[in-house]
Amino acid sequence: MDLTHLAIGKQALVTGISPRAEGDAIAQRLLDLGFVAGERVSCVALAPWGGDPMLVQIGFTRFALRRSEAARIQIEAGT
Amino acid sequence: MNTLQVALVGNPNSGKTALFNRLTGSRQKVANYAGVTVERKEGQFVLDDRLVRVLDLPGAYSLNASSPDEQITREICVGSTDYGFHPDLLVCVVDATNLRLHLRFVLELKALGKPMLVALNMMDAAGKRGIDIDIDKLQQALGVPVLPTVAVAAHGADALKNALVHDLQTLPARDSGADAEDAHQQVRRILSESVSMPRATAELDDRLDRWLLHPVFGLLILFTVLFLMFQAVYAWAAPFQDGISAAVAWLSVTTGSVLPDGILLSLLQDGVFAGLGTVLEFLPQILILFTFILALEETGYLPRAAFLLDRAMFASGLTGRSFIPLLSSYACAIPGIMATRSIQDPRDRLATIMVAPLTTCSARLPVYTLLIGAFIPDQRVLGWFNMQGMVLFGLYLFGIVSVFGVAWVMKRFNRQQSDHALLLELPSYRLPNPRDLLIGLWDRARIFLRRVGGIILTLTVLLWFLSSFPAPPEGYSGPAIDVSFAGRLGHFLAPLFAPIGFNWQIVLALIPGMAAREVAVSGLATVYALSSDESGISQLGGILANEWTLATALSVLTWYVFAPQCISTIATIKRETNSWKLTGIAVFYLFGLAYLFSLLVYQSAVALS
Repeated sequence: MDLTHLAIGKQALVTGISPRAEGDAIAQRLLDLGFVAGERVSCVALAPWGGDPMLVQIGFTRFALRRSEAARIQIEAGT
Repeated sequence: MNTLQVALVGNPNSGKTALFNRLTGSRQKVANYAGVTVERKEGQFVLDDRLVRVLDLPGAYSLNASSPDEQITREICVGSTDYGFHPDLLVCVVDATNLRLHLRFVLELKALGKPMLVALNMMDAAGKRGIDIDIDKLQQALGVPVLPTVAVAAHGADALKNALVHDLQTLPARDSGADAEDAHQQVRRILSESVSMPRATAELDDRLDRWLLHPVFGLLILFTVLFLMFQAVYAWAAPFQDGISAAVAWLSVTTGSVLPDGILLSLLQDGVFAGLGTVLEFLPQILILFTFILALEETGYLPRAAFLLDRAMFASGLTGRSFIPLLSSYACAIPGIMATRSIQDPRDRLATIMVAPLTTCSARLPVYTLLIGAFIPDQRVLGWFNMQGMVLFGLYLFGIVSVFGVAWVMKRFNRQQSDHALLLELPSYRLPNPRDLLIGLWDRARIFLRRVGGIILTLTVLLWFLSSFPAPPEGYSGPAIDVSFAGRLGHFLAPLFAPIGFNWQIVLALIPGMAAREVAVSGLATVYALSSDESGISQLGGILANEWTLATALSVLTWYVFAPQCISTIATIKRETNSWKLTGIAVFYLFGLAYLFSLLVYQSAVALS
C-alpha cells in the first residue's frame, strides 16, 4: 500500500518509491529527503480539510506531504 | 595578505544564516545573483590580519536542484558558473539534532572532492535533548574536519573562525572516489557508530504540534495570530505613518517659506517631497509585517501555518505559503509582495505576486467612501442591512473572488503542468534570536529604500512634470492641469474611456492618480476646480452626485477593484520579479480586467436604468 493509507499515529516501513513518469523530480526529491527502503515512517498529523496535506516523520525530520506526493511512497505496515 | 573565500552551504533550517550573521556581523551585502531573483548574501570578517569573505548560499536539500535557489547552490559548489566568487573552502552547516537528513547532503557534497569542513551547528539544542555526538568518530567516518558551533551564542563560532584562519588554509582537495556504499546506508552506519539519541524528536515539538496542528484548536490559534498580525499592520503602523507625513508636510511648508513661488518650489513640494513621503510612509507597515513574518519563520510556526492552510489555497492554484502575503496585501500590496519571498516554489511565488494587487488595499478606501457616500443612498434594505455597507462589502468580495479566479485561470494556462511540490519541512520549534531578527529587518528596509524608493521617487517627479507643464497662459480661468501634458493626454484618451462611462475629467484625474489610489480623490477635486485641501474634498461628493450618473459611479468603483493605479506597487513587482516583461504583463492584465468589468457594469447599469 502507499503512504496515504497510513493512519494517524501509526508507523510503517518504507519499501520504495514509485515515480509517476520518467525523470519524476518529486520522486527523486523524496529519495533525497530520506524516503528510502528500510526507513521507518509515521503519520503525525493530518491537515484540516480532508487530511491533505499529511504530516509524516522520517528519521528525525517532519515533512508535510500533499496526498499526491505521499501516494508515490510504498509502505509495508509494520510494528 | 591573500583573501580566503568561504561558502556556507547546508540544508534549510540548519541555522546557516544565523551562523553567517555570527561570522560576519552586520557587514553584509544583500543583492541578487545575476539574472535571477535569488538573494545573494555576502559578508566578511578579519581575524589576525586575514580577510575572510563569506558567501551564504541558498539552503538546499540536494545537488539535484529543484528550484532556482538550489540551482545557484549547485552551480557555485560544483563551480560550473562564474558568479564572481570562487570558494577556497565549503563550510557545510548541519543541525546536530537533524543528522539523518543533513549528513546525506554532506556526503553528496564530499563527493565533489572540494576542500570542505562540517560545522556541527545547534550543539546547544542537541545537548538539551540529551543527544550525544562523538565528534572524533564522526570526523573519522566522514573524512573531513568537524567543528561544533552554536550560531546563536555570542562566542559560538569563535572556534570555527580560528580554524578557518589558522588551520585550514591548506586543506587538501580530496579524491572524489565515489563510495560504493549507498549514501543512506552510510549515514545510518555513521549515526549508529557515533551518535546516541534518546528520542527521534524533541518532546516539546510533539506537545506543541498536538495543539498547534489540531484541526480545531490549531485553526483557532492560527486565526488569532493572523488577526493580531493584520491588526498590527493596519492599525499600529498608522501613528508612525501620520508622523512621517506630518514631518514631510512640515518640510514642504518650511521650504515654501524660504523659497519663492516658482518651478523649483513646485518641483520640491509636489515632486520630490511628495515622492519621499510616499516612499517613507510604506516603511512602518513593511517593518511591522516583517517583524511578524521573520519571528514566525524563526520559531518554526510559519511552515505550520502553511501546512494548515495549504489545501484551501491549493484549490485555486496557490500554496499555503501564499496566505500571509495575500492577507497583508489587504493593508498594502507593497509589503505583501515583498513577503512572497517566503514562498520557495518560484511559480507559486510569481502567481502570488500577480494576484496580490487585486486585494482590497487600504488606499482604495478613500475612493470607495467618496463614491459610495455620494451615490449610494444611506438606507436600510431587507430591514437589517445598510445599503452603503453592503456595496462596500460587495467591493471587498469582488476583490477576493478575483484573487482566486485569476490564480485559478493562471494555473489552468500554465504551460508547465508538472506537479507543484509541497514537500515542506516542519522544523523544530525555536526561540527567535533578536539579533538575527534585527539584521533581517534591516535587510528588508534597505532593499525597499534603495531599489523601490528610487523608482517611486523618479516616477513621482515624472508625474509632477506631466501635470505641471506647460503652464497655463496668463489669465486662464480653468484648472491649470487642463493645459498640461497630463491634461492633453487625458483629452486624447477620453474617447477610449467613453464606453465605460468615464468623462474627460475622470480620465484626467486618473493620470496623477497613478501615484497612489487615494490621490484620485484630490485629483478629482483639482480637475473640478476645487481646492485640493479638506474643504474642497468635502464639497466634492456633492459635485460628483450632480455631474455623474449612477452608472458612471459604479463603473469607477469597479475600475478601482482592478486597476493598478499605484506606481509603488508596479515598482515593487519590478523589483521582486526582476523582469520588466512580467511587470508589463501584470500591469496589462490588471488594466485589461478593469476596463472589461467597468464596461460590463456601466453598460448593464445603463441598460437597466
